[in-house]
Amino acid sequence: MLAPARKDSTATHAIDRPTLQPQVRLLRKSAVFAALAAALALGQVARAEEPVKIGAIEGLSGPIAKYGVAIKNGFDLALDEINAKGDVLPGRKLEILYEDSAGQKEQALNAMKKLLARDRVVAVLGPTLSNEMFAAGPAAVERKIPDIGTSTTANGITDIGEWIFRTAMPEADVIPVTVATVKKRFNLKRIALMYSNNDAVSKSGFEIMKAAAEAQGLEIAAIEAFSTTDTDFSAQLTKIKGLNVDGIGVATLAEAGAGVLLQARQLGIPSKVVMFGSNGFNSPKVAEIAGKAAEGLIVGTPWFVGKKDPLNQAFVAAYHKKYGEDPDQFAAQAYDTLFILAEAITRAGSTENTKLHEALLKTDHKGVLGPFRFTAHRDPAATEGIVVLEIKAGKFAPLD
Amino acid sequence: MFAQQFFNALVLGSVYALFSMGFSLMFGVLRVINLLYAFYVAAGAFIALALVRDLGVPLWLAAVLGTLGTGLVAIVCDGLILTPLRRARAPELATLVVTLGGVLLLNSLMFIAFGAEVRRFPVSVLSQEPISLGSVQVGEIQLVIIVVVAVLVSALFLFIGRTRFGVAIRALAENPDAAMLMGVNVEAMVFTVSFISATLIGVAGILIGLNFNAVHVFMGQPLMLRGFAVVVIGGLGDVRGALIAGLALGFVEVMTAGYISSDFKDAAGFAALILTLWLRPSGLFGRALPSRA
Repeated sequence: MLAPARKDSTATHAIDRPTLQPQVRLLRKSAVFAALAAALALGQVARAEEPVKIGAIEGLSGPIAKYGVAIKNGFDLALDEINAKGDVLPGRKLEILYEDSAGQKEQALNAMKKLLARDRVVAVLGPTLSNEMFAAGPAAVERKIPDIGTSTTANGITDIGEWIFRTAMPEADVIPVTVATVKKRFNLKRIALMYSNNDAVSKSGFEIMKAAAEAQGLEIAAIEAFSTTDTDFSAQLTKIKGLNVDGIGVATLAEAGAGVLLQARQLGIPSKVVMFGSNGFNSPKVAEIAGKAAEGLIVGTPWFVGKKDPLNQAFVAAYHKKYGEDPDQFAAQAYDTLFILAEAITRAGSTENTKLHEALLKTDHKGVLGPFRFTAHRDPAATEGIVVLEIKAGKFAPLD
Repeated sequence: MFAQQFFNALVLGSVYALFSMGFSLMFGVLRVINLLYAFYVAAGAFIALALVRDLGVPLWLAAVLGTLGTGLVAIVCDGLILTPLRRARAPELATLVVTLGGVLLLNSLMFIAFGAEVRRFPVSVLSQEPISLGSVQVGEIQLVIIVVVAVLVSALFLFIGRTRFGVAIRALAENPDAAMLMGVNVEAMVFTVSFISATLIGVAGILIGLNFNAVHVFMGQPLMLRGFAVVVIGGLGDVRGALIAGLALGFVEVMTAGYISSDFKDAAGFAALILTLWLRPSGLFGRALPSRA
């Protein structure tokens, strides 16, 4: 039935062509297919010698480069150690392809598309910022490639889709511990909150901080916003100064945070007013930039450089040797994450996406951040290691 | 509290005014919307910082050298980037786009050279302790900012208004061809104006770096849009307009954050921009621009 109908519709063309043509064409087609298949098979054999390619999207330039570079350093150190130890899959080492997002979500999405489509990576690490993840993550979900956020702490990251994992401890776990500790230790009653309204992490950090403060029965006298690129916070701080609060909670990134601390003290907000911050403050840069004004700043953290377990101390020493400076939390999280991923690849015995996904969910890793497992929703399961720190003489130390 | 907010606004407005004047002068005389000034902000701060931190030069000397250095950087940039366009009599849009590309390129090169980390002047060069003047807390650097800006602004007005050089500059702004026919050395004047504009912007960069303790490669970028707004509000090319609009923007931002809501701080400045252009399309003090043949 079908054949004659087709013949009719192409009758005019059929006249000029020899009757054998369709078969010949079919033959040619199958020859091409066979050649292609052979090429592909050869390609696979050739690829078996190639390293397992992982993509990493980090803000290596621009205002967030401080985080991106720390993360890259963490990955690179872990990569050296993993490849020195042996192959992740028989005959195959691990390789990381870096893409710079510069902290821009459009650029992060483009980088993600490039890594997935052109470089055909088996898994992606990053991007650095939560709002970049919200932009770029859906592309990984669509392609069904596991993507692990090592620094994306905002609410809702793993809701993007079932291929999105994260190893970063969400602020929702850390901030309430910070607020409760500060309240108890300094007997706070009345506080002001400040946050960067142009950054997803800072904004969600602020929301968690506000909810935690309310849950603790603290009176919130004022809420002030600013932007991460601002340098002048004097107007907001002057207003807060007039309200006689006994604590100021700030949710922002390190640079802007250091600026807030400096100007708060410059405007004469006394040091008995306790400043406490979100995750972004957990960087040695804060004390470096803000100097004396950073004294007494309080911040909670899933990881602390001075933590006394041997695994952590070995990591800090190796990092110091390679880069000449101490790692920060972002480097530590990145370091653990690459081990978690490498172990999952080895356990999966393949780079196939579903097997890798399954292996990741079964993670049981003992890293520098302590024991690590994923929840069924692909978030970190263990919250044991949270430490509340205080800046003392220019250095973070556990709050006593 | 109002006195403190007034002072906050004065400091911020002074910095805005300073680099906006540099920017406006460039446009007024050279007819170039030169976005490279976002790079000059960082250049000034980096030169001064390197001198203070690495060579131990005293701060005042480092600031002077950083300022002059920024002027020289501007002459080089001008020669490389803008002179070919000027020779070709390229339209304003072309120079705008080229300088936009230029500032991104130069910032990226700086990033490669220095990285993106935020640096600060050594703690020892300036006292961080606030001085109390009645109910107002004043930092040493903030007093320096107000004095330096006042001195530079006065010097600039005297220079443009009272010297032969100033007359030549104004003639050039009025009509470059006529000025050339009257014996003004246009090339030399163009470089002089570039130098002066960039020094004003370089000073602004150093003062911002000192006051806010944030010297980094991209420090000029948040100022780029604000500078643009100030210059348009003041009237493109009008240096006095840039001074007044710069101060006004500082006041609008601080007062909005202090008394309305910090959420509207940035919005208020740009709302002022739109409002100004609705009511006075050529800005507060601008003359309607003659269309160029």
